[in-house]
Amino acid sequence: MTSRRNFLKTTSLTTFGFALGVSSFAKDAVLKKISPAIISLEINPFIIIDTAGNITLVNPRPDMGQGSTQAVPSLLAEELEVSLEKVKIVQSDGKGKYGDQTSGGSSSVRALWQPIRKAGAAAREMLIQTAAKRWNVSVSECFAQDGKILLRGSDKSFTYGELADDASKLEIPQNPKLKDPKDFKILGKYNKRLDVPERVTGKAAYGIDAEVPGMVYASIVHSPMLHGKIASIDDADTKKVAGVLQVVRTERTMPHRKSEAVAVIATNWWAALKGKKALKVQWDNGDYEKTLSSEKYFTELYEAAKKEGINYEEKGDFAAKYASSKQKIESNYETPFLSHAPIEPVNAVVHVKDDGTIEIWAPVQGPDWTMRDVCAYMNVKPEQVKINVTLLGGAFGRKAYHDFLLEACHLSKELKKPVKVIWTREDDMTQGPYRPGMLSHMQGFVENNKITGFHHHAIGESIVGQVFKGLKDDEADPWLTGEISTENSNYHFSTASKISWTNVKTDIPVVWWRSVYASNFGWGQECFIDELAHLAGKDPLQARLEILSDARFKKVLETLAEKANWSEKLPVGQGKGLAVFKSFDSISAACITVSKKESGVKIEKVVSVIDCGYYVNPDNVKAQTEGNIVMGLTAAIKDGITFTNGVCDQTNFHQFNLMRINETPKMEIHIIDSGANPGGVGEPGLPPIAPALGNAIFAATGKRIRKLPFDISNIA
Amino acid sequence: MAVFNLTVNNKKVKVDVEPDMPLLWVIRDFAGLKGTKFGCGMAMCGACTVHLNGQPIRSCQTPISTVAKNAKITTIEGIGDGQLHAIQQAWIEEQVPQCGYCQSGQIMSAVALLKTTPNPTDEDIDSAMSGNLCRCGTYDRIRKAIHKAAGNAKSSASLGGK
Repeated sequence: MTSRRNFLKTTSLTTFGFALGVSSFAKDAVLKKISPAIISLEINPFIIIDTAGNITLVNPRPDMGQGSTQAVPSLLAEELEVSLEKVKIVQSDGKGKYGDQTSGGSSSVRALWQPIRKAGAAAREMLIQTAAKRWNVSVSECFAQDGKILLRGSDKSFTYGELADDASKLEIPQNPKLKDPKDFKILGKYNKRLDVPERVTGKAAYGIDAEVPGMVYASIVHSPMLHGKIASIDDADTKKVAGVLQVVRTERTMPHRKSEAVAVIATNWWAALKGKKALKVQWDNGDYEKTLSSEKYFTELYEAAKKEGINYEEKGDFAAKYASSKQKIESNYETPFLSHAPIEPVNAVVHVKDDGTIEIWAPVQGPDWTMRDVCAYMNVKPEQVKINVTLLGGAFGRKAYHDFLLEACHLSKELKKPVKVIWTREDDMTQGPYRPGMLSHMQGFVENNKITGFHHHAIGESIVGQVFKGLKDDEADPWLTGEISTENSNYHFSTASKISWTNVKTDIPVVWWRSVYASNFGWGQECFIDELAHLAGKDPLQARLEILSDARFKKVLETLAEKANWSEKLPVGQGKGLAVFKSFDSISAACITVSKKESGVKIEKVVSVIDCGYYVNPDNVKAQTEGNIVMGLTAAIKDGITFTNGVCDQTNFHQFNLMRINETPKMEIHIIDSGANPGGVGEPGLPPIAPALGNAIFAATGKRIRKLPFDISNIA
Repeated sequence: MAVFNLTVNNKKVKVDVEPDMPLLWVIRDFAGLKGTKFGCGMAMCGACTVHLNGQPIRSCQTPISTVAKNAKITTIEGIGDGQLHAIQQAWIEEQVPQCGYCQSGQIMSAVALLKTTPNPTDEDIDSAMSGNLCRCGTYDRIRKAIHKAAGNAKSSASLGGK
């Protein structure tokens, strides 16, 4: 168990000033004082100011490249009136006292904007009260600045360290006054990320870099057809490989099912990998050769498109209105399975110790979810588990799915020593989980040159259903709320509209991938709105503005039109396309310009606009949006994941190509300062990219693309 | 097993490993330099890029037995000569990295580019850098940072590095 003493030790604090706990669950954060006398493990020490003036923040959001190690301390530093480099960060360890700790759903700033600021403001007020008492003046005569409380009109000051001990004895103000945004010095301003130097010098330590004494390495042979049973193992050649220690049966535990596997254990990972290549495992694959097929799956999706789905929402009698409408269209939009393919393959070091405690070093998106999964799998209590979250070499959703880590747990328990599991790229690509392949069956009609009827039938495997076993057969996927619901899209169809759903199940494992379903259904929604605009004889921008009522959506589109020079006359063979999508509380729109080139098109430029409300660092908003442009284009024009005869057809980057620098177009990002509550930044830029490209290609060539991915050099 | 005497970042390193072990794993697990990364194991992603006698190579596809005895190996830890290389400075100025995992490889490719082409065009950059994948999508900043480093180097008259 972590005692306060140990906690302080691990955070390198030798003296104790005062600590504030803040629950990130609550919308209105509850602040608790942790005084030395009553310290209890149930109290969450988020923020500690010691008598030397050191400020430590327990950061509840792992950094996978999205910038949480800057964003979260910025919230504190702003209210506490200290510079960013004064805040030392300790990554949270998954214990319940730190609340929600998963980097996902573009939630870090959205969730912590208020609670961390409130904690910082409360600490500031307590320090001011303490100083005022010492000077025997009113608090209004004192102010915080740069780690000190100063007395107005004098040269007197106390450092936070000098005040910390006495401040810790005060009642915590429950409604401290937050700074007015116009007074922000850090939030909303450009600041360099302090973690960048270590990321350009090779010093940053990722999961794959973790080493502990006595550790052995494992490379794992997974079932090629994902769920096959082991028929036989011939490890004679494996055991001849220098460095190989043993070959053991193990298992891959996904949230919804388990697979059999074989691990090669060695003194170094190269030897383990060589041993793996020499291992001959015969598999009993049952029917998977026939059933595990992406073609079969998509055939089922297209069959489902011919039938009624389960209604998620309906306004008016869509079917009747559609049947009687004179100007209508219908089409299907397809998106493939995709691999997350973070450049750091999944890996973990786990030590199941003799006393039954477990220590973990791993690149995971959420130590809280890791704790939940490890406790359930290993049948232990949280106090028996210590999780050291490392930096993540990319994740995009993959590293919140803990099959790889549970493999290391299983092996360490079996071998009674620390085990480091590293998946190969081939494991990563052929085993999944993947973004699900999806189909959008679209119907719509226009009346008097206006889009007035719209139906989006979302079809495919449900993440909620497969991962959480949380979807009833007669239920529409609840995650559609934040995706294609008319509440989210903000589109108003005056005659009738419908959002429906059909769950087509698959044995291919699926999970959230950057922007989740929005990356699938944004394609159907935004290309089809373009088709309807064309049917109505309207400019795609005007057609959208007519059916949007929300001022923020309109502002985003109008800003995009201005920045991308939407109305300019283009030379023959060029075209522009746009799309807008709201996800994770942010509205993003993109305009892409393409020009015809031989039998295909070239992407000339991408202009992206985002309204994410209040944000921490404009440069990071831009960086994330740039990343979303690249990942969104990659998803549109590079490779999908397919399964044929039971096995994944793509094994490495030669078959699952990612966009490279020579293919990356010019890009421009514009942020709208709406002053709205913070929205997400890590994902919302992605959903409009593929449809903006599809719409641009239609504008340039007259060719409507409805299936992703496609070959941009051959728009036949 | 066989003994290999290497020069990594101007330091002598002696390792006793299998001759077919890729240089990547020798550097990471035997020389203890973790800045060079594993990404694909088939020279498709460039995360493992190091310099062999100044030339960028994919260390995941370079068996240690093929590395000549007197060869000079330079990794991300060795390019700055005790300070930041102009490329690393530009990477910081442009705030290039997101997760940063691929950036050691990106930087090694960029350092090699500037050595042969001190004033690269966009096309030069595309051609020299297209072997390095970045899943976070930092390519636009990589381009800007290389131009910046080239400009900075011109004004300070040195590219640093070896």
